[in-house]
Amino acid sequence: MGKQSLITYDNTTLFERRPLHFDPNLRRNRLNLLFTSIAGIFAAIAVLPLLLVLFHVLMQGGRLISVNLFTQIPPPPGLDEGGIGNAIIGTILVTMIATLIAIPVGVGGGIYLSEYSSKGWFAKFVSFGNDILAGVPSIISGVFVYGIVVTTRIFFDQSYSAVAGGIALAVLMLPTVIKTTEEGLKLVPQELRWGAYGVGASKFVTVTRITLPSAFTPIATGVVLAIARAAGETAPLIFTALFSPFWQEDVLSPIATMSVLIFNFAIMPYEAQNELAWAASFILVLMILAANLLARWISRLARV
Amino acid sequence: MNSNQLIEADAFTLRRRPASEKLIDLGFKQLTLLLASAVAIVLLGIFLTVFQGAREAISSFGVNFLITSSWDPINEQYGALVAIYGTLVSSLLAIAIAVPLGVGTAIFITEDLIPNSMREAIGLMVELLAAIPSVVLGLWAIFVMEPAIRPALNLLHILLGWNPFFNTVPQGPGMAPAVLILVVMILPIITSISRDALNQVPMELRQGAYAVGTTRWGAIFSVIVPAAISAITGGVMLALGRAMGETMAVTMIIGNALNFDLSLLAPANTIASMLANQFGEADGIQVSALMYAALILMLLTFMVNVGAQLIVRRLSLRY
Repeated sequence: MGKQSLITYDNTTLFERRPLHFDPNLRRNRLNLLFTSIAGIFAAIAVLPLLLVLFHVLMQGGRLISVNLFTQIPPPPGLDEGGIGNAIIGTILVTMIATLIAIPVGVGGGIYLSEYSSKGWFAKFVSFGNDILAGVPSIISGVFVYGIVVTTRIFFDQSYSAVAGGIALAVLMLPTVIKTTEEGLKLVPQELRWGAYGVGASKFVTVTRITLPSAFTPIATGVVLAIARAAGETAPLIFTALFSPFWQEDVLSPIATMSVLIFNFAIMPYEAQNELAWAASFILVLMILAANLLARWISRLARV
Repeated sequence: MNSNQLIEADAFTLRRRPASEKLIDLGFKQLTLLLASAVAIVLLGIFLTVFQGAREAISSFGVNFLITSSWDPINEQYGALVAIYGTLVSSLLAIAIAVPLGVGTAIFITEDLIPNSMREAIGLMVELLAAIPSVVLGLWAIFVMEPAIRPALNLLHILLGWNPFFNTVPQGPGMAPAVLILVVMILPIITSISRDALNQVPMELRQGAYAVGTTRWGAIFSVIVPAAISAITGGVMLALGRAMGETMAVTMIIGNALNFDLSLLAPANTIASMLANQFGEADGIQVSALMYAALILMLLTFMVNVGAQLIVRRLSLRY
């Protein structure tokens, strides 16, 4: 009987009478308090990094916020002033390209998994592959796009480009969008589909007019979270979208993004660049936290 | 139209599906099938691209690539031992620290130890921590965390300097701060998966445990955690995969060393940071060597993730 360690009794007095009131001096109660305190300390340690990171990003980045930050481009190394206007636009543009690719593909794939085939070997394979794809390191997605888009110059003979970066981010978003679509659709009551078939709707009409709209909330929540995650990704962009110190003119040339800007400027030995990295972190973190709160708000709408 | 020629009674009760409708139905099904195949195509494409890129390096370095530590672009001699060792050590150490913290936090916010509002607040904060981009954590690690923990690392060096794991003077970036930032990054995964697992343990099991007179922690250790252990293990495996592939924060703080050093206080390297640092500027066989390293990283994370899926699927709770 190895599991008695927390319960103390000896065999002769197994049914010893004990008062019912709580005695804090018993070994079991002291142990209980000890473990509760340890868990509480662990929880405090788990929460601490978020508070510290938010505090520093808001303090260091917040004091640098000005109009110039949004309207100017980064200064050359060694010079002061300047802003990150091109990187803000770049992040929005690259994330938009990724979203435009990942949402149709992901929602379509999710529809197939939930509505057409959830038991066949192919659906099982796709579903398993989706979980594996979700675990592929983000840098590998960059290597993949570097191999098929950048070195092959597949888009109008351009190598590094905003489109390449968008594709790399789309690869990362895809598993999340498929998973949330599939799970959202599976929550739709079967009766709704039967009702639609009963009044003579075809499968296509049922899916697009009945099933998909009723699963809108969970899908939208997942999509917003996927977009927020993609906006902060850096690793897939370093050698696909690269970086550019200028204003963007088209989507087929290298493009600046806030995440790559933070990476490049954080490791530079110049004060001005480091400060721009903090300012970019401030804007990026605010955007991502806002998206997360938006996602929570959307998912709360459904419960009302 | 055929349907107009049907007898009248039939026309009201039966609607023949027009050919166009059937075509749309079929087309839509095939379209979604095609989109679902995108997952398989991308997964296969990733593997083939990386393998194709690595072939040159595989044929010239072979298995020696895994066990030599020279990374020498001038003489074109490449071995990934430093990066492979760094990847394994950093992720395993991070897991060893993050598992007690994450599972402890999950227990703290599921087992009714504190009021509901506090539980939700802690849960929300842990989820928001997962949303902070890794590059921002890297920036914070460079300018705030590493200077703050350096005295503690120095103390470790003074106390345990006789030991090969602590025999270098900490001078900024290194393995130890990289492990700590990895802990911050995987803690939310472990916490949220453990929390879901603990929440799924049926209330009857808890009630049964309390009914025979255990204390709260007696129930947690001998009934609740064992009931949720498979899902927790799956979550830990997922976190291990994430830690191995984590790039930005680690790249910014690990120091990107090219030489092998056993000391945890010295700069080190991981496969992912090596890729992030060198891929953009590499050419020739260096690209191929990097692809070879990427292939190793992919296989490592692939094995860990498949293991995680199998554990979660095979051993999921059955009551």
